Amino acid sequence: MSIAEKEKEVIEEFELFNDWMDKYEHIIEQSRQLPLIDELQKTDEYLVRGCQSKVWLNATFKDGCVYFTADSDAVITKGIIALLVRVLSGEKPEVIIESQLSFIDRIGLKEHLTPNRANGLASMVKLMKTFALGFKLKQQA
Amino acid sequence: MMPDTPTKPLRAFTAIESEQIRSLFPILGRQIYGKQLVYFDNGATTQKPQRVLDSIQNYYTTYNSNVHRGVHFLSQQATDVMEDARKTIQEFINAKQAEEIIFTSGATESINLLASSFSQLLAKGDEILISAMEHHANIVPWQMICERYGYHLRVIPILDNGDLDLIAFDKLITPKTKLLSVVQVSNTLGTINPIKQLIDKAHQNNTAVIIDGSQAVQHLKIDVQELDCDFYVFSGHKLYGPTGTGVLYGKKNRLEQLPPYKGGGDMIKEVSFEKTTYNDLPFKFEAGTPNIEGIIGLAEAIHFINHTGIASIANHEADLLNYFTDKLRAIPGIRIFGESSNKIAVISFLLRDIHPYDIGVLLDKMGIAVRTGHHCTQPIMQRYQIPGTVRASLAVYNTRAEIDVFIDALHRINKMF
Ligand SMILES: Cc1ncc(COP(=O)(O)O)c(C=O)c1O
Repeated sequence: MSIAEKEKEVIEEFELFNDWMDKYEHIIEQSRQLPLIDELQKTDEYLVRGCQSKVWLNATFKDGCVYFTADSDAVITKGIIALLVRVLSGEKPEVIIESQLSFIDRIGLKEHLTPNRANGLASMVKLMKTFALGFKLKQQA
Repeated sequence: MMPDTPTKPLRAFTAIESEQIRSLFPILGRQIYGKQLVYFDNGATTQKPQRVLDSIQNYYTTYNSNVHRGVHFLSQQATDVMEDARKTIQEFINAKQAEEIIFTSGATESINLLASSFSQLLAKGDEILISAMEHHANIVPWQMICERYGYHLRVIPILDNGDLDLIAFDKLITPKTKLLSVVQVSNTLGTINPIKQLIDKAHQNNTAVIIDGSQAVQHLKIDVQELDCDFYVFSGHKLYGPTGTGVLYGKKNRLEQLPPYKGGGDMIKEVSFEKTTYNDLPFKFEAGTPNIEGIIGLAEAIHFINHTGIASIANHEADLLNYFTDKLRAIPGIRIFGESSNKIAVISFLLRDIHPYDIGVLLDKMGIAVRTGHHCTQPIMQRYQIPGTVRASLAVYNTRAEIDVFIDALHRINKMF
């Protein structure tokens, strides 16, 4: 599936719910799907600083594609990460770097990605792209 | 026979009284995500009654001008209203004189003013005593001067229930302790500290006392003469007034001893390049054009409190606190932080191992505003070894019905995890 197709799939899932609480039930459900970062990697090295919830993120590079693992101490944050990972994991570095992730806005979760939200998600998206850029440069070298 | 006690029984406002009070606050009619707003974040800031908004509008539409400077009519009028506001605040906290009331931009600035001015009066090795339940605003300014001038910061610990450890206090206050700066009411735990006792003890030791009343003035009757504190600070926006306003009360002789903090217009007697002499109190500490509209609004907020009656407000909020605490305690897995027998209607809690951020996000979606996180009191979080709490902080316009909505919401959230 392309990024666009994956985004469309998530948007359609969320269209099934018109109540906010149901949407959040679904986000909590998604948190269980997140490929978890190794417990040993839950260190400062992989920590994305947010004020209220902590996020850990790592990435690996295999056959030209990037795969993310992550975790958070807050479940809603974790669920949103799961959505981002679901869309971005397995893509080529260029695709990740270029991605707009407009689906987050479309499903009404944009507020979680604003930099002043203090949950670390905005910095996390930046870090996902930084990982991709690093792999791309390494690949070129 | 026992004489009749004239004190009114503890009671909440009646439904009609509550409705009347709520109708004074236009924002309370708002819907959030299609739900009726339940505003339980009053510790961060309170909503403003219409009369406060009107007073600001009226200032700008009828007598806007700078104060203390013009001979013209409008300037005189603005000056009169602002100085009346000073008297309103003086009476509100029962200061002896109006000139003991200094206008600042908030509690934070009041404390920074004191730290900056005191930094020039202390000697290396002197100690400043604070408590483990201070807001960062009453920690960081002291750390800054300690680092710069070689003073030492000492900290009174807290007990598990959120009370100050008074035995430790007795040991920490020594001949080296030149300043005691403590919060009257904790913004995170709700604890009402026995400040009269602390002040008396400090004075026996020749220690000057600063009280941070940011979370006290809107809930309790304050009498600075009876307390006998040397300084008392608070913000206007937590007491139904505008943001950007604050008060520093100081005993006249104490304020006279302190060097000024900011330089500029209004705070001087005479300026030449050789020497500048400073103005008298309170103007010595009020450099620059003050927040005139805010000060006018703050006085109006105090009129609102006086009109409602601070004792009635305290009774109503005490009833809400009891009701809320009982309902919360009935939920399995609730941990309340701050269980002093003497507290205001602030409840910090955690539910099972659910992250406070998750609870805050979900409450928000149900129209309920609370604060989550460390509430600018990280040392308290370290004390209890928790990442943060959910904090519900109530005010005059909150009701039992809103608490019911909150409890239902919490039950719903509980089922989601
Ligand atoms: C106990 C206490 N002190 C000081 C402050 C700082 O107030 P402000 O930010 O209005 O200056 C607060 C505000 O949260 C507080 O609760």
